[in-house]
Amino acid sequence: MIKTHRNHPLWYAYALHRISGLALVLFLPAHFYVLSLALTQPERLDGFLHWTEIPAVKFAEFGLVFLLSAHLLGGLRLLALELLPWSPKHKTLAALAASGAVLISGTFLLNAV
Amino acid sequence: MPREFVISGLRLFWSTAIMNEGFSEAPQRLVEDKKDTILSMTNETTKMSVKVWRGDKSSGSYQTFEVPRQENQTVLDVVTWIQQTQDPNLSYRFACRVGMCGSCAMMVNGAPRWTCRTHVNKVLDGDTLEVAPLRNLPVIKDLVADMDPFFDKWVDAGGHHAPSASRYDDMPKISSDEPERAEANKSIECINCAVCYAACDTVAQNPDYLGPAALQRAWTLLNDKKVDDHDAVLEKVSGKGGCHNCHSQGSCTLYCPNGLDPMRAIAGLKSATIKRALKRGG
Ligand code: SF4
Ligand code: SF4
Ligand code: FES
Repeated sequence: MIKTHRNHPLWYAYALHRISGLALVLFLPAHFYVLSLALTQPERLDGFLHWTEIPAVKFAEFGLVFLLSAHLLGGLRLLALELLPWSPKHKTLAALAASGAVLISGTFLLNAV
Repeated sequence: MPREFVISGLRLFWSTAIMNEGFSEAPQRLVEDKKDTILSMTNETTKMSVKVWRGDKSSGSYQTFEVPRQENQTVLDVVTWIQQTQDPNLSYRFACRVGMCGSCAMMVNGAPRWTCRTHVNKVLDGDTLEVAPLRNLPVIKDLVADMDPFFDKWVDAGGHHAPSASRYDDMPKISSDEPERAEANKSIECINCAVCYAACDTVAQNPDYLGPAALQRAWTLLNDKKVDDHDAVLEKVSGKGGCHNCHSQGSCTLYCPNGLDPMRAIAGLKSATIKRALKRGG
C-alpha cells in the first residue's frame, strides 16, 4: 500500500483527507438521526446522551473531533493551494493542518476527562 | 490536422530513441568489444543483485542478475551491462544518456526515475536494485513501456501550438519579465519522460485523467500570448479527465527529474477554470 512513490508528506496528507472524509460520510447520517430524536422522541435522546458519558464513547468522540478538524483544516489548505496565489510551503501547511487537528481534538479530550 | 501532426512528430522523435531490442543485428564484434571494456572497468569484488522485469503485455516476472558494483554507475549502466554481457534479449530504451531526451525512465526500487542520471549509490536498497517498466503505462516488452497513451493525452490536453498570426504578421514582442511569460518559463523544460505520469496515483485510478505533464503543457499555453484562444485551452482541461481530478498529492513534483512543478501548474489551471466558470455564471 505505502509504496515507495507514495512515501512523502503530501501523499500522507491526501490519505488523511480521504480517510477522514469517508469516515465523516459514514458518521454524519448517524449523527443527524440522533439529533432528529430531539424532535421525534426526546426520551430516547436523553437515554442515548447518558450512553455518551462512557469513557470508551468519549474516546471515540475524540477520534471524530480529530477527523473533523483534520478534514476541515486540510480542506482549507487545499482551497488555499488552488485559489490563492501559489506558495511552495505545502509540506509546512499540511503539517500545520495536521497539528492543528491534534491540538483541537486533544483539547476536546482533555476537557472531556 | 494539428493532432495528427503532433502525434506523428512525437512518434518520429521517439523512433529516434533507440529501442534496444535484443534481436537487433548489432554486429557481434561491437558487442564483444564493449563486453571487454566493460569487464575490464569492473571491480569484481562487490556485486549487487538486480531484479529486472522480464515479460510482455500479458505476463512477466522478475529475473535476478548479479551485477558488479562500480564507484560511478547509473541505473542505465546497470541495465546496459546486463543486456551486453548477460542477456542480449533484454529490451529497454534510451537515447541521449544525459537527461535530455526523456526516453530512459523506469521504475527503480519502486519509484520512477530517469535511469541515465540516477546513480546506483542513491537508490540501492542494501545490495538490491529492482528495475521495472514505468508504472501506469502498458508494457511492450521487458523494460519498454508503451508511451502512446501518455502522448495521446498530451495532445488531448491541447498540447500543440495553435497559431494566432500568419508568417506575414510581425512577431509579437514578449519580454521575459512579463509575469505570464515568467510563469510559462517555469514549466517549459519538460522532456516528456513520463516520470510524473508514473508517480501519479490519480492516473492509476482514472484512465481518463490527462496527467501532470499534459496539464502542465496546457498551463504553459494558457500563459502564452502567442496562443490566441485561451478559452479553448481552459475548455480542454476542465472536462472529464481534466485538472480537477488532481488530488494535489504532489508526487509529480517530487519526482520530476527536471525539477518542474506540475502540481503548481495544475493548481493554476484549477483556479483559472473556476474563475472562468464563475464569470460565465456557472
Ligand atoms: S499533484 Fe495531481 S497530477 Fe501531481 S501526482 Fe498528484 S494527483 Fe497527480
Ligand atoms: S513534467 Fe517532469 S517528470 Fe513530467 S514528463 Fe516533464 S520532465 Fe518528465
Ligand atoms: S537517455 Fe535521454 S534522458 Fe535518459
